[in-house]
Amino acid sequence: MPGKLKAKIVAGRHLPVMDRASDLTDAFVEVKFGNTTFKTDVYPKSLNPQWNSEWFKFEVDDEDLQDEPLQITVLDHDTYSANDAIGKVYIDIDPLLSSEAATVISGWFPIYDTIHGIRGEINVLVKVDLFNDLNRFRQSSCGVKFFCTTSIPRCYRAAMVHGFVEELVVNEDPEYQWIDRIRTPRASNEARQRLISLMSGELQRKIGLKVLEMGGNAVVGYLQCFDLEGESGLVVRAIGTACTLEKLSNSSAAAPPACNSPSKDIKESPLAHPPGHGCRSTHSSPVHTASGSRLSQNFSVSVPTLIFTGMGSGGSAGKEGGPLKTLLRQQTQSALEQREFPFFTLTSFPPGFLIHVGGVVSARSVKLLDRIHNPDEPETRDAWWEEIRQEIKSHARALGCHAVVGYSESTSICEEVCILSASGTAAVLHPKFMQEGCLDGYSDPSRLEEPSPPSCGFCHIPYDELNIPFPAHLTYCYHCRRQKVPDVLFTTIDMPAEAAVTGKGCLIQARLCRLKKKAQGEVNATAISNLLPFMEYELHTQLMNKLKLRGMNALFGLRIQISVGENMLVGLASATAVYLTALPTPGGIQIAGKTPSDITYEQHISNMQKKINDTIAKNKELYEVNPPEVIEEVIGSPIPEPRQRSRLFRSHSESSDEVSELDLSHGKKDAFVLEIDDTDAVEDIHSLLTDTPAPAGFYSCNTEIMPGIYNWTSGLQMFTSVRVFRLSNANLTNQGLNKIFNDLCENLLKSLYFKLRSMIPCCLCHLNFTVAVPEDELIQVAVTAVAMTFDKDQAQENWKLGADKTHMKAIVENEEQLQFPLELCTESPSTNPFSPCRGTGLQESANAHATPRAASVDYSSFADRWSSWIELIRLKAQTIRRGSIKTTSSLEKASPLPEGRSRSLRSTRSYAGSTVAVVKMTPLSFIPGTRIIKYLGIINMFFIRETTSLREEGGVSGFLHAFIAEVFAMVRAHVAALGGNAVVSYSMKECVFMENPNKNQAQCLINVSGDAVIFMRESELEATPAPPQTSCSGGEVTT
Amino acid sequence: MSMELDVFVGNTMLLDEEVYKLWLDGYTVGDAVRLRLEGGVLQECEASEEVLHSDTMDQFRTFQMCERFLHCPSKLANQLLFQIPPHRQAMLIERYYMFDSGFARELLGKKLSKGTKKDLDDVSAKTGITLKSCRRQFDNFKRVFKAVEELKGPLVENIQHHFLLSDRLARDYAAVVFFANSRFETGKRKLQYLSFQDFAFCARQLISYWTVGSVDSMLEGMDVDLEKEFLHDLKDLKILITDKDMLDQHKSLVCAALRGKIKVFNEMEGNFKNLSRALVNIAVKLTHTKDVRDLFIDLVEKFIEPCRSDRWAVGDIRLFLTHYTSTAHKLDTFRHLVIWDRYMGVVKSCILKMYHD
Repeated sequence: MPGKLKAKIVAGRHLPVMDRASDLTDAFVEVKFGNTTFKTDVYPKSLNPQWNSEWFKFEVDDEDLQDEPLQITVLDHDTYSANDAIGKVYIDIDPLLSSEAATVISGWFPIYDTIHGIRGEINVLVKVDLFNDLNRFRQSSCGVKFFCTTSIPRCYRAAMVHGFVEELVVNEDPEYQWIDRIRTPRASNEARQRLISLMSGELQRKIGLKVLEMGGNAVVGYLQCFDLEGESGLVVRAIGTACTLEKLSNSSAAAPPACNSPSKDIKESPLAHPPGHGCRSTHSSPVHTASGSRLSQNFSVSVPTLIFTGMGSGGSAGKEGGPLKTLLRQQTQSALEQREFPFFTLTSFPPGFLIHVGGVVSARSVKLLDRIHNPDEPETRDAWWEEIRQEIKSHARALGCHAVVGYSESTSICEEVCILSASGTAAVLHPKFMQEGCLDGYSDPSRLEEPSPPSCGFCHIPYDELNIPFPAHLTYCYHCRRQKVPDVLFTTIDMPAEAAVTGKGCLIQARLCRLKKKAQGEVNATAISNLLPFMEYELHTQLMNKLKLRGMNALFGLRIQISVGENMLVGLASATAVYLTALPTPGGIQIAGKTPSDITYEQHISNMQKKINDTIAKNKELYEVNPPEVIEEVIGSPIPEPRQRSRLFRSHSESSDEVSELDLSHGKKDAFVLEIDDTDAVEDIHSLLTDTPAPAGFYSCNTEIMPGIYNWTSGLQMFTSVRVFRLSNANLTNQGLNKIFNDLCENLLKSLYFKLRSMIPCCLCHLNFTVAVPEDELIQVAVTAVAMTFDKDQAQENWKLGADKTHMKAIVENEEQLQFPLELCTESPSTNPFSPCRGTGLQESANAHATPRAASVDYSSFADRWSSWIELIRLKAQTIRRGSIKTTSSLEKASPLPEGRSRSLRSTRSYAGSTVAVVKMTPLSFIPGTRIIKYLGIINMFFIRETTSLREEGGVSGFLHAFIAEVFAMVRAHVAALGGNAVVSYSMKECVFMENPNKNQAQCLINVSGDAVIFMRESELEATPAPPQTSCSGGEVTT
Repeated sequence: MSMELDVFVGNTMLLDEEVYKLWLDGYTVGDAVRLRLEGGVLQECEASEEVLHSDTMDQFRTFQMCERFLHCPSKLANQLLFQIPPHRQAMLIERYYMFDSGFARELLGKKLSKGTKKDLDDVSAKTGITLKSCRRQFDNFKRVFKAVEELKGPLVENIQHHFLLSDRLARDYAAVVFFANSRFETGKRKLQYLSFQDFAFCARQLISYWTVGSVDSMLEGMDVDLEKEFLHDLKDLKILITDKDMLDQHKSLVCAALRGKIKVFNEMEGNFKNLSRALVNIAVKLTHTKDVRDLFIDLVEKFIEPCRSDRWAVGDIRLFLTHYTSTAHKLDTFRHLVIWDRYMGVVKSCILKMYHD
């Protein structure tokens, strides 16, 4: 009996009217955990019931504590008929199981119903008493911390990175076809929500066990996904990186790098931790992708793995460059050998961890789904993923790399066909984080090799120059001049903070649609697997062209998504392009007419050429890409001269035409050639040029932060936007479809720029696009991103020159005052269950507020929440003071009436003055200008919303708009209840929308995740106790 | 080929005050887009009409979802659905409750009933305010009225407390509520020249001096109703016109004070008894609810119009009323000075406010 869960139901508010006759509700609450249920008394005739229940105690195994959510159901008591459910709250108690995270869950939770959405709120208190369990064979993994953040969390230090953990669980889907079933959709959707909540709890526990086995204490970069396989079941799978994390004490000199901006990291890290890694060059290629496809079970059409980058001699890159390198390689390899898959879901790394980057590796496979017969043995699904991972591993090997970083997995399902995809970046890592003996080597200079500058080291090729797996153009690093670098570098990770870049980066997208015939089963699967390689090739071509068009030479955060629909495949590749100083200047794009014909045609070509050249020049100016001129050196390249021009062919054109050697050089030695062989190509070039740049004052990227912007201010706006486009029935060509899809994405971006124009200058960060083909003629695009303001005048030179810090800070603070309105009022005692106005009914609330007693009560309740931070006692006291002072004053303002009068006011109205705590949300792992001081636990929530009155709710847009707003509200409420004030690394991993307009019905599933944290303003952390009057804004953000 | 679904949701509610105004004014999305285009929004940020349409739709939808909280503004600060910074909340509420004075003028004194609501299309046609906006304003009136009609304590403060409005707006609502409660006649043709602000001023006077709450603000009373006792006592003023001696004495005192000071002295002298009878009769009749309703029409017909036809200047009126009030103190047998001053103070300021073209 190793745990006792305690829950107390305090009160409700804003409940819906359940009894038409009296316009009131007789509400009571059922609290359920596992198989135990408790009930509160009925609180008759009130929309704001005060149950103030006893503590309901559940004595349970810690295994159950991890798997099960606490279920709270609010019902309306009905004497004569069945009680009506008002709604539910699921509370994940996992954050309470780790000693370092939250200690109590307390706050107002929205009461959620799958049909009606949010229906009032309920105030709940939850605590857990854990008993020590020394059983070695336990099934639970309490205490293992989970983070969605794909870097080492800000207030921790990685003592050791153990590596890849994965797990999946399967189950029958309680409802996959919601419309034509006998059971009401509401019942089955509730069952589904509960099941998924259970499954993800179980999954997390199992992963935790694996982590404990490996000797770790945390999972970083935890990525959990659902596969709604329809008839064949429901799969919940997760991957992550097991680590041993150590909490950084605040007093220690090795304080964590400031969370606000990477500028500090950059300034400090190379000095504090001299680069402990060397390099010897071998080789690199931009992308090393392969698209395999194998079908399941007895059916196996083995499509040969297509390697389109021209990987000639895969897998033979193991030639050692020298003794030093051998040593390094051996060390690392031994560290990685124990691991079946040397994969890391991290996208940014502690300094010195990432040594070389090889390029992107990816694998896809098409499977036919069939019913999962035995949920306890999900072997088939495991085997599928195993296959894909092996492929990734071998691709990485071919690139001379022993590890894959920035690794992720995804699926796309349509009927019974499923595309499994995995991708990552092949890399060479430093062994020091992976071996037991090297824990002290945090700032240990490497004994292995001469250090290479951290600003370019990762670009140096990890593979053997003499044994290039594919044709590539190598030069000596433009930064250190010692090692070889490729001409272009594609990666799935965030740009290392210490990398040297020229100018700013920008978002690049390749978009593609391919029609396919409707088919069933194996035929369908074969058709899809035949299409995949071409799609990948073309996406890659587009990316490369767009990269050149912007005069840049590297991609970070590359994410290629291919979604399957009944009659088409949609591909979307997003990445952030930058100009890496270490890499050579990219050449231009050259257009070549394939068939020399009449003069007008040539004129047309030269016109286009001019347009392209102009665009390149314009882009260079726009993104401030002005690389310093480098004196050309003769570089010994293993590649024969003619091949210096990498040729880009369209996938349909024959690639054998090597004869037409035109003089393409217009100054640059390695211009890309675009051949125009048909009208398609003309279209393509046009579409290349139609990408409109972001309006002045806007930047965008899909990585955490924009390379080249360092001075973030505090303006922050996270948003989600969803669009569904209906195609006409007309016979569409691939070209037509491409244009539609392209416009859809472009217009979405334009809309975002327009909506956020008040934030200029600003950058849209972590622009994460997701495409889906939910139905025959629908394309759905969903975006979640954050708009962050930055200081335009504080140019990057300040960062480089080490600008006057105080000056910068002053500006940041000014900005904060300006941005202050973006934040809501502080949490006030009315949101706190201890506050007297909740406990003793409302009649006297105004009365109580006006007395000084209120302040002291606040003090204790605040103290309760904050009590766990021993290290911040000084600050704590200060904040408490601020908080309570502010609160009291606001309450006085709220009840300005003399006591005699206020007593007679209608009591239900006297809520004024209590406000909701502000919770910031961001898909990034940090909030500019602040420091995360505590991680409270992972947020992983799954909601289903349905309606049978679609038109009345404002159509599909009204329905989804409300639902997304509700999801945000529930996330915020849970974070606030944990005592947090922000969600970082937030993402919407699933948004499945289905509609049936004829029946006036719609349904949507949303899955979101993130890390609940407490942050404090940097200015506050440093400030000496200030007079409370001036620190209102302080109290604001810390509650 | 069409956009089936298009939504944008921010963690902090994103709103454009201009679009909010268009929504409040009851425009359709199409009209709002047109107006925004004409307003030149695209010049500040390059975008297409399509983008503008999508943005407008999004915001209109957001406002619509917000509307139920705006109906009970204190809920806006408590609700969890939208994260809105406090100054934005205040803006949303204030703007939502703001009304067109043209509309308010039409509705002053009318019963806030379903019947009135049905006739709003006439009001809409007359004022040029969209029907949608009229309905919102009507519903606001009704909501505020319902919330405070039974409440004790100062009307303005009650409104402010429950609807979190600015002082100015709360005062205007107080006038609306007061008129709706007492059902003062304001619709007659002869009263058409008076604006909402004229009446609002008069309402404030009545609230301040003639209601129960005006006597003792600490007393538990209601601001909405005129004090019955006071109205009853007004009967006593009748002596001013029934007692012939007193009337003559009053006249001579006033004439003595005004001689040479006003241009219309002769007219005043000739008309004094009529004017005095008019003012006192209005006071005496106020015991009957029906006559209370006719207060303003009576003031216009019995006092303002005669003066106007004799071309009195506002200054003349002010001097006359001042002395007419004060000289009563010199009347030997007149005992009801407190009532008299309370009555004349309000009547004087109302008349002065109402005496214009």
